[in-house]
Amino acid sequence: MTTTETDVSVTEAEPPAPERPRRKREGTVLNVFSHGVLVIWAVMVVTPLLWAVMTSFKDDRSIFSSPWALPDKLHFDNWSRAWTQANMSDYFLNTILVVGGSLIGTLVLGSMAAYVLARFDFPGNRFIYYLFIGGMSFPIMLALVPLFYVVNNLGLLNTIHGLILVYIAYSLPFTVFFLTAFFRTLPTSVAEAAFVDGASHTRTFFQIMLPMAKPGLISVGIFNFLGQWNQYMLPTVLNTDPDKHVLTQGLVQLAVSQGYKGDWSGLFAGLVMAMLPVLAAYIIFQRQVVAGLTAGALK
Amino acid sequence: MQHGKYRFIVGFLALPLGLYALFVVWPFVQSIYYSFTDWTGLSPEFKMVGLDNYKRMLHDDIFWKSLQHSLMFAVVLPLVTISLALFFAFMINVGGRRRKGGPVITGVRGSSFYKIVYFFPQVLSIAIVSLLFAFAYNPDSGAINSLLRGIGLDHVQPLWLGDPSLALWCVMAVLVWSTVGFFVVLFSAGMASIPADLYEAALLDGAGRAATFFRITLPLLWDTVQSGWVYMGILALGAESFAVVQIMTTGPGGPDYSTTVMVLYVYQKAFRDGQAAYATTIGVALLVVTLAFAAIVMRLGRRERLEY
Repeated sequence: MTTTETDVSVTEAEPPAPERPRRKREGTVLNVFSHGVLVIWAVMVVTPLLWAVMTSFKDDRSIFSSPWALPDKLHFDNWSRAWTQANMSDYFLNTILVVGGSLIGTLVLGSMAAYVLARFDFPGNRFIYYLFIGGMSFPIMLALVPLFYVVNNLGLLNTIHGLILVYIAYSLPFTVFFLTAFFRTLPTSVAEAAFVDGASHTRTFFQIMLPMAKPGLISVGIFNFLGQWNQYMLPTVLNTDPDKHVLTQGLVQLAVSQGYKGDWSGLFAGLVMAMLPVLAAYIIFQRQVVAGLTAGALK
Repeated sequence: MQHGKYRFIVGFLALPLGLYALFVVWPFVQSIYYSFTDWTGLSPEFKMVGLDNYKRMLHDDIFWKSLQHSLMFAVVLPLVTISLALFFAFMINVGGRRRKGGPVITGVRGSSFYKIVYFFPQVLSIAIVSLLFAFAYNPDSGAINSLLRGIGLDHVQPLWLGDPSLALWCVMAVLVWSTVGFFVVLFSAGMASIPADLYEAALLDGAGRAATFFRITLPLLWDTVQSGWVYMGILALGAESFAVVQIMTTGPGGPDYSTTVMVLYVYQKAFRDGQAAYATTIGVALLVVTLAFAAIVMRLGRRERLEY
């Protein structure tokens, strides 16, 4: 698709206008050059991904002897072996449980704190706000050493709900930061009207403000979903029980153990299996994902 | 709106703030305290040792190596990534062929296609990306050396991750590969909001593409570039460099400590060597480096904000 586009732009170049021929030619040269550069990077991005998909259908011997050759036939058994024997199904289930729980918790708790910090004046408001957003620039690894023992003392080590609570706590800084800014942009008149009509603060929040904040919740929700789904450092430290592994650490574990077993094709099937749902979701919700992820750096 | 206000505020803040204090703030405070003790992490007993851990750190060669590599991650990595991304974003938005009667500056055809494809690695877990590239770098059967053999370069067969002088660059290249797309999309959005008449005026004054980029695009994008740099630097000092180095390199951190980074060293001291107190000391150093980095980038990059 891209290569034909390059060709088209070369052959269809406009005839140079008589008054400014130099600039026209420069434009065409630049156009060919820019397409060339852009196509090269696109190929560099896509090739490793396609190579992984192709490798997941090959047998172990040809993975090593000829990495670039097409598979002799489609070895679907790699995929079924990865799903059942290599525990990919368990890893998926654990990840869905952890991310589902922590995503809901992050959005509920984050929007509650952000709403209060954005809309109510009380002593300590600024202090709490900066306490939350300070967490964005602190290296998490520093806290992880004592956190391991905090989590352990609470009996939450190697549990799904323990991991959920930790994910929520570490997602709050950005969520509070983003949603506080968002709640400030919402008009105050609607909430005041509801309050005059006798609705409590709590009811005003859940029935009026949360629905109004939906676009912001979607953006920050996508941001947190990807961050939590792809999280690697927190589970590596706090979730060392192989039965409770999430997808990322499960795959790394698999890569280590397959080194002894030699089932590389199964590992590649697992890798592709973990990549495809996220890529598919991204292509479908492309606009929202990009908006949600870049919102973080722009704000 | 006074009725029950404080009860409401306390009710809404208690849970998020409590969770945050318990799992984030409290461990941070504790770890700074532990850095002055001889706690192993294996038993609950420990005693204060003053600045011993800090003295030990200053004489620890591996610490200095990890500091050096972490600084590379925070400076070189954003520099390469952001330059590439600015270049691509400029090509996408300004590199297009002028159509008859169209605007003076146009994006290339298929610009949205490029933006979608470039963003692919950003949605994948850095752990998965690292595993994939660990295979590609394999000197015997990996995709890269096999490709080199395929095009006749039989004698160019680097050891990649096995070569101490190459390994760090291999690891950084993976992070560049996976983050360029994010910045292309970010800068494209910024470039799209620059008014076209600024470009038209520049072209009328005879400015070429390079001058247009350095005199118009870059100054107007400066705020985005700067916050992008801080954002990427913090990630590169922390979670991202941990994942790539821990998964891809031998050791991890090898060969011969050529790829070890501070965040990995903290992890190894605490959870492999049973030296939790010393680990928190390196963690405090990492905190200082991170905050200093953010402050320096914000200060060096401070300019008058341009309104347009």
